[in-house]
Parts: sequence; structure tokens; C-alpha cells
Amino acid sequence: MSNLLPTRILKETQRLMQEPVPGISATPDESNAKYFHVMILGPSESPYEGGAFKLELFLPEEYPMAPPKVRFMTKIYHPNIDKLGRICLDILKDKWSPALQIRTVLLSIQALLSAPNPDDPLDNQVANQWKVNEAEAIKTAKEWTKKYAIDSN
Amino acid sequence: MEKRSTKASSNDPKHKHDPDDEDFYLNNDDDEYDDDEDDDNDYDDYMDDTDDLEYTSSNASKYDPTPSVEIFTSQNSTVTPNSSYASTSLKNLSQSTTNQPDLSKSLTKRNIELDEEFKYEVLSPDKIVQYMTECIADVNSVLELTPTITRTLLHHFKWDKEKLMERFYDGDQDRLFREAHIVSPFRPNTYKRTTSSQSTRSSRLKEFCCEICFMQYTEDNMSGLECGHKFCKPCWREYLTTKIMDEGMGQTISCAAHKCDILVDDTSVMTLLQDPIVKIKYQHLITNSFVECNRLMRWCPAPNCSNAIKAQYFDAQPVKCDCGHVFCFSCGELWHDPVKCKWLKKWIKKCDDDSETSNWIAANTKECPKCQVTIEKNGGCNHMICKNQACRSEFCWVCLGPWEPHGSSWYNCNRFNEDDAKKARDAQEKSRHALQRYLHYCNRYMNHHQSLKLEQKLTASIREKMEEMQQHNMSWIEVQFLRKAVEVLCQCRQTLMYTYAFAFYLKRNNHSIIFEDNQADLEIAVEKLSGYLEREITSDNAVETKQKVQDKYRYCEQRRKVLLDHVHEGYDKDYWEYQEDL
Repeated sequence: MSNLLPTRILKETQRLMQEPVPGISATPDESNAKYFHVMILGPSESPYEGGAFKLELFLPEEYPMAPPKVRFMTKIYHPNIDKLGRICLDILKDKWSPALQIRTVLLSIQALLSAPNPDDPLDNQVANQWKVNEAEAIKTAKEWTKKYAIDSN
Repeated sequence: MEKRSTKASSNDPKHKHDPDDEDFYLNNDDDEYDDDEDDDNDYDDYMDDTDDLEYTSSNASKYDPTPSVEIFTSQNSTVTPNSSYASTSLKNLSQSTTNQPDLSKSLTKRNIELDEEFKYEVLSPDKIVQYMTECIADVNSVLELTPTITRTLLHHFKWDKEKLMERFYDGDQDRLFREAHIVSPFRPNTYKRTTSSQSTRSSRLKEFCCEICFMQYTEDNMSGLECGHKFCKPCWREYLTTKIMDEGMGQTISCAAHKCDILVDDTSVMTLLQDPIVKIKYQHLITNSFVECNRLMRWCPAPNCSNAIKAQYFDAQPVKCDCGHVFCFSCGELWHDPVKCKWLKKWIKKCDDDSETSNWIAANTKECPKCQVTIEKNGGCNHMICKNQACRSEFCWVCLGPWEPHGSSWYNCNRFNEDDAKKARDAQEKSRHALQRYLHYCNRYMNHHQSLKLEQKLTASIREKMEEMQQHNMSWIEVQFLRKAVEVLCQCRQTLMYTYAFAFYLKRNNHSIIFEDNQADLEIAVEKLSGYLEREITSDNAVETKQKVQDKYRYCEQRRKVLLDHVHEGYDKDYWEYQEDL
């Protein structure tokens, strides 16, 4: 069983490098093949457009039976992402299926940037702002994008 | 099946741990369980439902029903973890009252009068499985589905047969199956077609890529449910093992594919899994969800007891397990007459919660009016200077106003009666009063609780006394009154203990005053009885003591009955009003 996991991780890594997803890059760490440096570009027509967001992704021992652990390293103003960069996404929790992959997880996160869901918030303050005054929230999100995901790169 | 009352089964303690004993299963109406073989087949029927499942055909030769029989039989002997898993929450609850497990043991061995009207049955682990199989067979005689589908449907309706029947025959069956996360057995074509088209493709390609491990496998190494999603068998095995062992899922494991909610059936689990430990755990989880979901069943919460109680209707009544534990069928706590489950639950939570810590803080501290840091004043004058280096605000402890205007009348706060100061003072008074009220009830509750914990010690010392008295020319039968006295004493203490939980939430009215009088009367009598039992018994005072003790315990018994009757009468006639917000 133990040699099954590396095969999957190896192939996933290979495919990620050979056929990268547009707007997403994931490179394994030199010293740890289960730790990935991820970069997601802010989707167009979202307040995160133009930003480059750094994330870290770690495959736990039980992967793919357990979901990967993903966290935003770049500060981001989003109702489903908290101050520490933790992400509220069902497939990273109870809706995880071993048939999902690093690729699909990152695509889902990219989709989450396009469609914030303030009804299922992680950061209540941000979510509240999103509900009460969406225009203001989007403005803040754009400012944060400029400040943390564009200028600092 | 004929339902037996507890008495019938509890009279057979020698049979309790002997699953092979035929008498234990023997049933007058139905001789299906008359011999071991039939009994085993019964388990088979439950697990062996290969009829409709296409993929099992390839495994049929590998799938020997005997192992599953063994699993169930071995479960009988090792089933303890099941109930410990099952009733963790119950135990937590019961331990929260008792804090020490040995208390619940000693407490409940006592005879508490059981309501003769309330019929129930104690089921041993193997009888639980048997009963579950019977329920499934019963429904299946009408629905004619596979046992695993029937079980999933029954689970969906919390084992309410009538509800299932109603929905099954009266309405949209497709929707019913969808809601229960089952592929409808009546329209297998759509799925079978995909499966068969896949298999033709695969027979051409010879190899499949498993989407989980990315390895190539031939078709017979791939497996899947009715939904058609296929993965390799090692991955399935690992997936199921993770779900069962790590996440404790039994009834609700769904297909491994993303967004597919079709539930895994028993046959698939039993064929795919190899490790007997995982299989046994799976069986436990299934039995557990059967008991937990069934309103008319409850696990015995006693430590290391794996029996369950099956009642004929749901009510807050005392039930006695074969292990001797007496508990409330409705909430699983020790039998707690006169307080109702709802209030007892609230009370236990209150006693356990840290909420009382904050209550203490509220009663004994104040907040700095500027930075809100909590301050306990342990001496000195009323001129407070906040120690918080970032704050350093100066204020008056009495009125919480800024210190400056106080300058001229040192120590004498002339702003005491200003509105906001008054409000702050009232709020403080109130919380102080609430704390004291709680402590009043809590102390008395805990006091009886503590005394009950010492019951074993008391019983031992009474036994010594009984021997001693027999040396003072009393016969064995003449000293039995002491045993009875201890029993009554403990019974009264348990009742009194719960009366404080009851009284805490009670609003004051004429009946609550009568109740408190009854309570006080019993309190005094119980303390006297307890005192008599502590006394030295010499040959001079033996006869006199006996008389006193007998009189007192009879009085206690009588007063306890009066107290309880009055509370019950109050329940019938709506005497009691509660304070919901405590």
C-alpha cells in the first residue's frame, strides 16, 4: 500500500508540470515532495484581477484518503479566507473525495476567488461587509490585492 | 416475535454471556432459532444479498458467507467496544453527574421501584443483531428488496417501518431512493448500461486506470457501486478502512467519487474489506446506528455493558439493565425522579460549565471603565489606578466614575446614587444574588451526591455492625433491618439530590412552598436516620436502636413517597412554573 501513494503523487506532480492549468502553478519543494509552492493568479473580472497569490499546499500522510492542506500565504480580503489564510471550502473538509486531485483543488480555489460566498463565511467581519456593502467590500478587496498581491511582488 | 418483559430475561442471568445457549434465543412462536445453524443463517441473510448486484457475480466464488457469520459470532464475544463507542455521549453525561464511575455502579444496583406498566426488554449484543435482522426481514416480506437496501431505507426513516411503507407505496419512489442515496433497484438499466459499456471498452483496452492511485488494473481488479464509478480494489479497501476506522462512519459512507452520494452497501464492504478488525468495527457501527436511531431503543450507559433496552413506547421511565444499572429510558441518566430530563440536563450542564466561574467573576470583580480589564479589589482605598500600563485610568471603585470629581470628598463617594452608578450597582447585586442562589442548590445537591459516593463504605460498616449485633444475642433475621435502613437511606438521598435540581428552576408559588416543606422534612429525617446508623450499638441499646432505626426508615420511606407524589400531582395539575433563563 505504501508504494501506491508515491505513484499517485509522482504522476500528479508530473502532470502538473507538463500540462499546467492556466493561471495556476504548483511546484514541489526541493527538499519535500509533498510540499508545494503554489501561485494562483487572480481571475479576470474579480476584485483579485492582476494579483498573484502565493499559497502553500501540503499532502498529509493519508493523502489521497485525506484532503491536502492548503493555505494562502498572501494576505487576501475574501469572506471565505481568514487572516491566517485558511480556506473554507467543502472539498477540503467533509466533501473530500480521493478521486479529487491537487489540480482540481486549486481550480476550486481559483473559482472561489471568482465567486465569494458570504453566506458560508470563515471571516465574519469580511463576510458581513460583503453582505451589507458589497461595493465597499469589493473596493477593499481590490486595494488589498494591489497592496499585497501586486506591489509587493 | 413475542416480546418478553425484563423480568423474564433478567431472571436468566446465567445465560447472559452464552450466545450458544439455545434457551436464550428460544422463542415459542417461532422455532427459527432453535438450532445454531439456523441462527447463523439469519446473519447470512442480512449480509448476503448478492441477488441484484452485478459486480458481485465475479466475486461470488471468493465471497464465502461463512466468514461473515464468524464476524457476527465473534462480535458477540468482543462487542464491548461497540457500546462504549455507542454511548460515549451518554457516559459523558452520566459521568458528569457522578464524576466517579464507581458511584453510578453502586448507586444503581439498588432496587428502585419500577413502573410495572412500562414494558421493556433487555437485549444482549447478539439479540440486537437478531432484532435488526428481524426488522429488515419483516419489511422485506412486503417490499421484496435486498436486505442492504431495506436497511438503508429503514435507517433513512429512523427505523420507522410505517413511515417507510407509507412513502414507498404512496408517492414518488425515485425521489425516495434519491433522498436515501440509493440507486433505485427498479431502474437498473441506465446504470447497468454504463457499466456494461465500460466493461466492453475495458475488455478491449484490457486495462483501467484507477483515478485514486493512477495505477493500471485489469477489469476484475476494479470495483464500484451501482452508480458506476469504478476504482481499484486496494484503493476501495483503503478508502473504506479510513472511513470506518478513522472517521467512525458505517451507515453513511458514500461512493469514493467526487459529488457522488450513493451509499456503500454491506455486501460491497464485506467483499472489499479483508481485515477482520475493520469488518467487526463496521458491524459495530451498523448495530450502533440501529440502536441510536431507534427511538424505542437505548444503550445501557453503564461502563463495559453492551446491552440495549428496547421499550414498547418512548417515555421517561426507569429501566433496569441485566447488569443491574437502573437508568432513565428517555435520557440515559441515573433514574432522577422527581426532576424531568430537560431540567436535569440543564442543571448538569450548569454544574459542569465554566459558566459559574464567570458568575463568580461577575459577582466579585469589576471592570475598568476605560480598558475593561477585570479587577478584583483585595484591599486599599476606592481610588483605583488601573494597572494596565496602556490604560492607567483613575476611577472610583464605588461608582466607577472618573476619580477627579471625588477629589474633595475623599473616600466618600457622593456620586453613588447617580443613574449609571446605580445601574452598575443593581447589576452587581443581581449577579451576586444569582450566584448565591445557585450555590445554595448546588451545595445541597453535591452533598447528597458525595454521601452517596460513600455508600459502599457505609454498607461495609453496617455489615460489621450486623455481625456485632448478632454477638449481642440477636438472630440473623433480627438484624436485617439495618440492611433495609441503608437501602432506604440511599434511596432518599438520591431522590433528595434530584429535588435540588428540580427546585433550582422552580418559580416560587404556594405549591413550591409545600414542596420545600416536604423536602425539608425528608432532609431532617434522612439526617437523623443517617445519624442513628453511625452510632455505636451496644448490647444495652441494641433493642432500642433497632426500634428507632425502624421507625425512622419507615418514616423516611413514607415522606419520600409524599414528596414524590406531590411533585407528580403537580405535573398532572400544572402546579409548577419554571424559570427558563437560569
